[in-house]
Amino acid sequence: MELLKAQHVSFQYENPEEQPLPVLSDVSLTIRRGEFVAILGHNGSGKSTLAKHFNAMLLPTGGAVWVEEWQTTDEAHVFDVRRTVGMVLQNPDNQLVSTIVQEDVAFGPENLGVEPSEIAVRVNEALRLVDMLPYRDHAAHKLSGGQKQRVAIAGALAMHPDCLVLDEPTAMLDPKGRREVMDTIRRLNRENGMTVVLITHYMEEAALADRVVVMEEGRIVQEGTPREVFSQVEPLRAVQLDVPQPTELCYELRRQGVSLPADVLTVEEAVEALAAVWEGAV
Amino acid sequence: MLSELTIGQFFPGRSPLHRMDPRVKLVVIFTYIVLIFVPQNWLGLGLGLAFLLTGVLLSQLPVRLILRSLRPILFIVLITSVLNILYIDSGTVLLQWGWLKITTGGISNAVFIALRIVALIVGSSLLTYTTSPTTLTDAMERLMSPLRVIRINVHEIAMMMTIALRFIPTLMEETDKIMSAQKARGADLESGNLLQRVRALVPILIPLLVSSFRRAADLATAMECRCYHGGDGRTRMKQLHVRRSDVCYLLATAALLAAMILCNLLLPSALI
Repeated sequence: MELLKAQHVSFQYENPEEQPLPVLSDVSLTIRRGEFVAILGHNGSGKSTLAKHFNAMLLPTGGAVWVEEWQTTDEAHVFDVRRTVGMVLQNPDNQLVSTIVQEDVAFGPENLGVEPSEIAVRVNEALRLVDMLPYRDHAAHKLSGGQKQRVAIAGALAMHPDCLVLDEPTAMLDPKGRREVMDTIRRLNRENGMTVVLITHYMEEAALADRVVVMEEGRIVQEGTPREVFSQVEPLRAVQLDVPQPTELCYELRRQGVSLPADVLTVEEAVEALAAVWEGAV
Repeated sequence: MLSELTIGQFFPGRSPLHRMDPRVKLVVIFTYIVLIFVPQNWLGLGLGLAFLLTGVLLSQLPVRLILRSLRPILFIVLITSVLNILYIDSGTVLLQWGWLKITTGGISNAVFIALRIVALIVGSSLLTYTTSPTTLTDAMERLMSPLRVIRINVHEIAMMMTIALRFIPTLMEETDKIMSAQKARGADLESGNLLQRVRALVPILIPLLVSSFRRAADLATAMECRCYHGGDGRTRMKQLHVRRSDVCYLLATAALLAAMILCNLLLPSALI
């Protein structure tokens, strides 16, 4: 079932003095319900711009974006679109509106005009899903980066979205916060069937997804399972991206003539493959 | 250094004062702040102080905290007291030294006015100590809602206050960071005369200003992502109910006003 659909989307910022700068050109992408898709690209590849098209924050200058049955240019349904696609941004400090955690989570449903008793239920439920229920009454600014980002995710969840779009949610976090947020995102996808679109430039995060989309200069240059995408080390390097470290290790060893599989993704797989080689050699 | 600021600080709790309807609390404390200037004699002032003491007890806050709220105004209290003692010349003379004269009237006046200022500050800190900033702005929004008739967008004012309060700690943290960064680059913030020090602040304020614009843009995006579209059709999670106890507080405040006026009418003024 298709949830988000971008059809030949192009986008450029209006710039009267200079040549218009194309940020996206002819991007087509479909996100199905329940999927976990990572959009990978280095700075300026257009990945964040694409993300902002999925909740009508930006409207395509060419092509069309569909969220369920609504086209994002349809102003009558702009709030349906934004309720369906919950968005989490990069900076954890700049997206919390209220001082107190639970009041911040309530902000979305309050805007939607949800009944007060129902809001309280949703807030508790959303905070429980991100493991932040004990912090309900805490001051938002005193939380750690990872906790703030989980509150931001709860804020999106409280609107009962069908899909979460996370725009580099871990870019400003320390390793611990990054792990907290990634665990939360994975759990939401696996256990609650939440559709997730994760914009990132960390290979390790992209490797957790069902599907990886690689962007470069406003175009999709590669698409496939993490295994398919990361086994192709050279094309990724050509667009200034690295592969996960275990993959890279095996790739370099293979170039030296060690017979290793090309599609190693995780540390465990690398250990297994290396152990197999070792046993074969002894 | 910046973290010591206690303005608008909130101490969560479950005391009767914490649970009081914030609208009622706002009305009671604002009335009280005005009321404390009504009494002209000791009995009236005593009633006002007793009322305040009840409030302090109801708040169940540590006394240390209440006293801390007085620290910033200690200087003002001292100055006004000294001026009162030195300039008021009535009653018996206790001490005379050249043109300096200390009289019983002066001392009584000084104590009277100092108590008034103290009551004013303690009263207003009771409000901020026991009410979360968002609840406070929420209460203001609801109390000011009649102003909508004259086309004042009450919701927007309240939202601005909420956001301002939310970002005070964030911006303070950022100021500290920028100050450290500029010091690391050799900026000298602590020496020189007033003019030099003010000029030394420019390289701190400009990055702060630029970054707050960036934050504002980010926040606007985040709010739009969460379907914010002004106050129309918006509901609130927190519902406010005026309970029987709230009515009692209001009645008590009205009674205090009546008692103070009576004292003023029946007893001679203690102030000169």
